[in-house]
Amino acid sequence: MGLLAMNEAVFSLQPEHWAALRLSFWVGLWAVLLGLPLALGAAWLLARRRFWGRPILDAMIHAPLVMPPVVTGYLLLVTFGRHGWLGWLDLDLAFRPAGAVLAALIMAFPLMVRPMRLSLETVDRGLEEAAQTLGDGPFTVFRRVTLPLIWPGVLVAAVLGFAKAMGEFGATITLVGNIPFETQTVPSAIYALLQVPGQERAVAVLVALSLGLSLGALALSELLARRARRA
Amino acid sequence: MLEVSLQHRFDNFALDAAFEAPSGVTVLFGPSGSGKTTVLRAVAGLLQTDQMTVRLAGEALDGQPAHARGIGYVFQDARLFQHLSVAQNLSYARRGDGRGMNRIVELLDLGPLLNRAPHALSGGEAQRVAIGRALLSAPRLLCMDEPLASLDSALKARILPYLERLRDEVEVPILYVSHDVHEVARLATTLVVLQHGSVRHSGPLEMIMADPCAVRDLGVRAAGAVLRLQVGARADGLTELANDGVRLVLPDVAAAQGAWIRLRVAAQDIILATERPRGLSALNVLEGVVTTLVPGRGPGIAVGVRVGQTDLVARITAASAERMGLAPGMAVWAIVKATAFDPAGVGT
Repeated sequence: MGLLAMNEAVFSLQPEHWAALRLSFWVGLWAVLLGLPLALGAAWLLARRRFWGRPILDAMIHAPLVMPPVVTGYLLLVTFGRHGWLGWLDLDLAFRPAGAVLAALIMAFPLMVRPMRLSLETVDRGLEEAAQTLGDGPFTVFRRVTLPLIWPGVLVAAVLGFAKAMGEFGATITLVGNIPFETQTVPSAIYALLQVPGQERAVAVLVALSLGLSLGALALSELLARRARRA
Repeated sequence: MLEVSLQHRFDNFALDAAFEAPSGVTVLFGPSGSGKTTVLRAVAGLLQTDQMTVRLAGEALDGQPAHARGIGYVFQDARLFQHLSVAQNLSYARRGDGRGMNRIVELLDLGPLLNRAPHALSGGEAQRVAIGRALLSAPRLLCMDEPLASLDSALKARILPYLERLRDEVEVPILYVSHDVHEVARLATTLVVLQHGSVRHSGPLEMIMADPCAVRDLGVRAAGAVLRLQVGARADGLTELANDGVRLVLPDVAAAQGAWIRLRVAAQDIILATERPRGLSALNVLEGVVTTLVPGRGPGIAVGVRVGQTDLVARITAASAERMGLAPGMAVWAIVKATAFDPAGVGT
């Protein structure tokens, strides 16, 4: 009975829904791969450096958390779109999968910066001094001492960033639209299905899959952080 | 030879210090807040100062970043890397070639600790590992910032012999910060006395400790000559110690006959007499000549006394000195009670 229901549920998904699942996964992965190193740099600047413009950087990183996502998407559109003020770069991100990665990255960025910044702030600077006196330059100290010590924070940032990027909706749909097989992610597919009556089963399946992925990512981050702390 | 000269201004503190440190252990001594640690951090390159010259064996080190100076540093807290094992901490430095590993492990008795995690070590064990780690980075100079300050006295007594072996067996010069006169008496070859950010005295340990002019800056409790004595015959639980015209007897010195030891004779534990005392229970009465009289800040006065070729310093009240009519050139008898010898001051 349960098996039959699952079978039926899976068959209620159309090919474009599978495409949306694949795209969401790739968006999440690329947003983390590209965003995590940048977020680490930003976290380091915010945690370690006192410079002019630091509050501005801080505010810009956190702005997507408090702005309506549609506004973030709109700002990206007027920045990176064909007629945007960075349009001359010819990145052509609007209505492209790459645009979905950008929108997701921007939205997930503060969630990636925060855990790494908190980890950096708890690192005993004395250990970095000790490594210096043992002959390591700044980059080597970071690689051999700082990074291993903030590793749990980096893992948490990656998992949170992945989950957030996969589920991003408002900024994504504003920047890249909702084109099946091209720019449609899981959330925008759910949104599209809700516009048409009689698609409740497909909606339920996609919602269940999203929930499972998000909660799974949260559980994974908790597990990784706990294991890293014990090691 | 290490030559240091530096100036630095803080909000309410100015540091202006210059000194030279030959080989052996050079102790920067002074009360807390005198600028000892600041000097050490500046030498190691961990602190940028307004003006600084550091020359090691003729080579200028200022201008080089800390990691390029080749200076090992042992901090007050051990600062072991928690994500590495003890063995990995020891082999952390890449400029060391690891060849000295066995020797250092043996010297500091680290063998049983190698596979442990840093958080499973006691304070003394962690500090020994930190010393070993610094030594294994093949330093040209070793800076030690009160490495024993965070340990209780029993642990201190256990680690001090390791530091003495370090001084006598490792050819690396050591710059050592301390505010504990017992450590100074046991370890130092050269003494630099700091106060309020400037150098008050610097020179060979025995010379500074026996200098009546230094009593004021060392502090009344810390002042006192450090003698190098050879262990002689033992009888009735008493051991004879002698050198350069000084002969003392002490209860149970734990050193072999013929060995050389250091002994600190605290300035406040010496009583002076203008005539040879009679009917006295004290065993150690030394006949000498007054060399100098230096008034202190309070009611005290520091009296230099030469016994044979050895200088002692006594701290008495100015009133007594006046009543006794003490003056340079006068013959005096210095009375030292055997139990007044500082047991922590007995070292090799």
